[in-house]
Amino acid sequence: MAKLYSEKKVNKMSPKKETINFLLNYSRALRIRTYKNIQFENILN
Amino acid sequence: MEKTEANDAFLVKSYIEGNEQSLSILINRHQHRIYSFIFSKVFDKDVAEDIFQDTFIKVIRTLKRGKYNEEGKFLPWVMRIAHNLVIDHFRKNKRMPKFENSGDFNIFSVLCDSGLNAEKQIIKDQIEADVKELIKELPEDQLEVLVMRIYKDMSFKEISERTGVSINTALGRMRYALINLRKVIEKHNLVLTN
Repeated sequence: MAKLYSEKKVNKMSPKKETINFLLNYSRALRIRTYKNIQFENILN
Repeated sequence: MEKTEANDAFLVKSYIEGNEQSLSILINRHQHRIYSFIFSKVFDKDVAEDIFQDTFIKVIRTLKRGKYNEEGKFLPWVMRIAHNLVIDHFRKNKRMPKFENSGDFNIFSVLCDSGLNAEKQIIKDQIEADVKELIKELPEDQLEVLVMRIYKDMSFKEISERTGVSINTALGRMRYALINLRKVIEKHNLVLTN
């Protein structure tokens, strides 16, 4: 019985590593520039 | 619990100040909850992946633009963005529904290509070639009427005018042509079906 209840695996759902890496790279590449109260987005590769 | 909230707020502040590592920690910390939440609504891994990505793109842009204020908590705010994107996803699908081939019902059981496949087309061509050879065994007058009727798609009136016989004679020749053709087929024991 102890085995039955203690060895229960909980499958945590998570996104792919590629998605996380993409987001981190996107964040690093994104620059916001403000010119006369207007914000411009730049993606630096 | 409060410690985590404080940590989130600290990490957000640190990220806004330019520390990219803070975002990595935030994503790693909350990815399971956010992804599970999205998946529980859409039940599709690929769609959940897309919505998860769009959610964090929005988070990153808002934080970098300095438009986030730490009034509420970070996680509920991200969850709200994810929730709104899930709603957008369903709205978009409602406007442009797509059929997914899953479960017991197969769309190809009601949709089919009415054209012949390559094998059946070859058989059909073969049968037509055989018939063309067989009709050569018919008497000349019957052959003439059959060719005009079947291959040239002429009416019996046109056939009678062309051949100079009455319509009844043309009809009779056609009838005998078919009877004789059947006899030839039976004699040679041929099977002409597709």
